[in-house]
Amino acid sequence: MSRLAATFEELTRTGRKALVPFITAGDPTQDFTVPMMHDMVKAGVDIIELGVPFSDPMADGPVIQRASERALAHKGSLRKTLALAAEFRKTNQTTPVVLMGYLNPIEAMGYEDFANAAQRADIDGVLTVDLPPEEGQECTAFLKSRGIDTIFLLAPNSNEDRIKQMDLAGSGYLYYVSLKGVTGAGHLNTDDVQNKLQQIRSITGLPVAIGFGVKNAETAKTVAGIGDGVVVGSALISKIEENLDNPEQAKREIVALLSSMRQAMDS
Amino acid sequence: MTEKYNMPDQRGHFGPYGGMFVAETLIPPVQELNAAYQRYLTDPDFIAELDKDLKYYVGRPSPLYHAERWSRELGGAQIYLKREDLNHTGSHKINNTVGQALLAKRMGKTRIIAETGAGQHGVATATVAARLGLECVVYMGAVDVARQSLNVYRMKLLGATVVAVESGSKTLKDALNEALRDWVTNVDNTFYIIGTVAGPHPYPAMVRDFQAIIGRESKQQCLDATGRLPDALVACVGGGSNAIGLFYPFIDDESVKLIGVEAAGDGVATGRHSAPLCAGRPGVLHGNRTYLMADDDGEIIETHSISAGLDYPGVGPEHAWLKDTGRAEYVNITDNEALDGFYALTRMEGIIPALESSHAMAYTMKLAPAMKKDQIIIVNLSGRGDKDMQTMAKREGIEL
Repeated sequence: MSRLAATFEELTRTGRKALVPFITAGDPTQDFTVPMMHDMVKAGVDIIELGVPFSDPMADGPVIQRASERALAHKGSLRKTLALAAEFRKTNQTTPVVLMGYLNPIEAMGYEDFANAAQRADIDGVLTVDLPPEEGQECTAFLKSRGIDTIFLLAPNSNEDRIKQMDLAGSGYLYYVSLKGVTGAGHLNTDDVQNKLQQIRSITGLPVAIGFGVKNAETAKTVAGIGDGVVVGSALISKIEENLDNPEQAKREIVALLSSMRQAMDS
Repeated sequence: MTEKYNMPDQRGHFGPYGGMFVAETLIPPVQELNAAYQRYLTDPDFIAELDKDLKYYVGRPSPLYHAERWSRELGGAQIYLKREDLNHTGSHKINNTVGQALLAKRMGKTRIIAETGAGQHGVATATVAARLGLECVVYMGAVDVARQSLNVYRMKLLGATVVAVESGSKTLKDALNEALRDWVTNVDNTFYIIGTVAGPHPYPAMVRDFQAIIGRESKQQCLDATGRLPDALVACVGGGSNAIGLFYPFIDDESVKLIGVEAAGDGVATGRHSAPLCAGRPGVLHGNRTYLMADDDGEIIETHSISAGLDYPGVGPEHAWLKDTGRAEYVNITDNEALDGFYALTRMEGIIPALESSHAMAYTMKLAPAMKKDQIIIVNLSGRGDKDMQTMAKREGIEL
């Protein structure tokens, strides 16, 4: 069983929901990332989404754009991200790591080479924002044959056909984008998300993680009441940005925020 | 080619290029647009309205002008200029914005967004938005806002909101990123008018089809004036909309050479250029697979060109396909060579070309002397140089 499937099975067994933090690999510096990942695990997260820095993050808001820019300024890249994930794996064999990013770095490496490298780094899943299933068959097949899940997005305007397509193409979990917009934007509407999740669940048995618009313990709790997992990204990266001169402080604030989310979600 | 050219396929692929590489929230609007475009492409009422606008609002057909003095001076092929600079708003960009705006109206969209580099597409979009009474927001890199301030003022006069984009390299690619972010946020009421043959399917095909009037007219005008087809077509290529507009109706005419001219900036060897077809590699950006300026890690490299309109790290996917199949040839012209082209046309024919179009002029100066006097080159004069007066004056040390 894949690490992602095992994680969701265990969560179901214990009646809990997945807390899924997103940070960009190499932000603000390369040596920040791996200790941060371990600290997040201690704070009670279940899956880590590791952002691959990209020069043109078209679906991201300003906070994650700047995270990419900082990581790239410190020679961040897909290769470097894989190396960081491999380093994390040396001392953690249980927490799934999902790479999240854009297609061009993967194109540059080549699909097969990427799948091999991801396997060597013991990556569990890959979410490529600008690779919808109809364009992604080749890449998905390479990953699947190496036991790596491909996570696809669903949006508020995804229709029934689209949800069916994702159910067939995706594995591990589906990532529901709770609002029309970029990462870090606006506030999610609970009723809308609830209604859409009902439709999604009537079509797919895959776990559904919900992201975009999760800012604090309160929204995390609300979202946990609807989906199988809660993704939080911009709110964490804001802590890095507010403490660029003091990365240890950033770590403490991220841990504190995640702990409060964990507590709220479990209570 | 024995079979008639018939690209792209149903999903927008030109061989390995093109496609629909967008985030999930943009899939429904892109599909909705494709459905509307397929429907109206052959709708007689739509075509009649578009033709009327092109004739009475844009001022088409644009002349095919025989540059006799310049041809004589260069001593080779006869040079004909396709005068897209004479269109309303001063470039070929309006052919496409008129078409997309009519689509937006039929789709019931109330808000228009666009990206712009040199500002020509932004002005052409603000113009049609003003005419239809639609809200208009134009994204423009902060660097381009500074070097094309005249066009920024024009857009504001026309009632558009111009947003200076401060992220990344602050040029055209970043303006496109920001327009995509706006679209993803406002998909319900917003129509994104992309200005070039890039973006996800159906944009590359749709923009080409709206610009193909350049080539259709040129073909007929050339036959009328000379009784035969041209030997070569020359056009500058940034995203590549004016070039594909000229080339497309000639693709099955194998005797006609198609030559796209990219911006070499300081020279391709220096790495400071905007010539992905000449010196890039295939990759995926802004919704399609095409040749890109990217490093070994797949990160997009900053581009350089004297002309804001060519300062883009990608190129329309159909150009990538035409390059790989050998049907079109892609060359490059440096900033300094483009300036030679700019001055030559200005002094020889009394026509001041845009800096983008000057790249095509500069290549024509290399090509024509090597051809026979009874041969014909059609060069796309895609825009007029008024917008570049500040840039040129500054280079000459003159304060305007």
